[in-house]
Amino acid sequence: MKDAPLALAGLRVRPAEATDLDQVIAIDSEITGKKKTDYWFELFHRYGAGRSRQRLFLVAESGDTIHGFIIGEVRDWEFGSPPCGWVFGISVRPGARLAGIATRLLDSICAGFRRAGVDKVRTLVARDNSLVLSFFRSQAMMAAPVIPLEKDLK
Amino acid sequence: MKLQISTSLALYSVLEFAVNTHDPISAADIASKYRVSTHHLAKVLRELVRAGILESTRGVGGGYRFGGSASRLTLLDIIELFEDIGNHAGRNRQAGASTDVGRALGVVLAEIDEIAKATFRSITVDTMLKLIERQRAKEKSQAVPKRARS
Repeated sequence: MKDAPLALAGLRVRPAEATDLDQVIAIDSEITGKKKTDYWFELFHRYGAGRSRQRLFLVAESGDTIHGFIIGEVRDWEFGSPPCGWVFGISVRPGARLAGIATRLLDSICAGFRRAGVDKVRTLVARDNSLVLSFFRSQAMMAAPVIPLEKDLK
Repeated sequence: MKLQISTSLALYSVLEFAVNTHDPISAADIASKYRVSTHHLAKVLRELVRAGILESTRGVGGGYRFGGSASRLTLLDIIELFEDIGNHAGRNRQAGASTDVGRALGVVLAEIDEIAKATFRSITVDTMLKLIERQRAKEKSQAVPKRARS
């Protein structure tokens, strides 16, 4: 069941802290159906608590409730690209969607990327993930001049 | 990528109506702006009305209005009313398609189709309206005379 519309004015985006992880894991589990406790603790160790200007793990909270999170980092010269901010995870609790939370999260991480000195942000989205693709498109993101390729190794 | 003429007209029309929601717009006005046949455009608009994307109003001052949800309607929704991107069955009936070369080429063409479909599916009318606005702002700033800039 959807929550009552959030008061966006009371929403705060800040670096993730260790005490946020239970809620982050719960949000991810609700969306993916998988509880990845070790994965999130490892991710927090590398990206959390605002330790690095180049690695960002942000959460959106109102009161004591975490409603969403975003993770990204600046990568230098990978795939032949000049330093660029990469968003590699964004999630909003299903009951808290359509309140502009993902937009606030993306705006905040982009502000962090600008402070780190880059002027471009990229992400990678599964072709069949229309929801997330539509979101990034609505935020003025267009196709990057890269083509992801893969092959089976088995 | 080239779309069929009817498909392009449908996209132009829907976006025109979505931008200008205040008063009905006639088919003749759209046909004039895009320099196309009113007859051809009318057929496209009737299809869009049938799909619930446009509403038609008769009489003096009548015309068409946007009747869909700009936040939900995607470019693929409109395109698929007029053509079938990724019509593998159609491609498979072409000469040579059943050869090993034809099948290998089919894999590449199918890849392109899937990327095109995912792109069109991810862009709503709302997102297109924002893109149109950015395009207008960019063209306006580029149109400022050089002496005014310095």
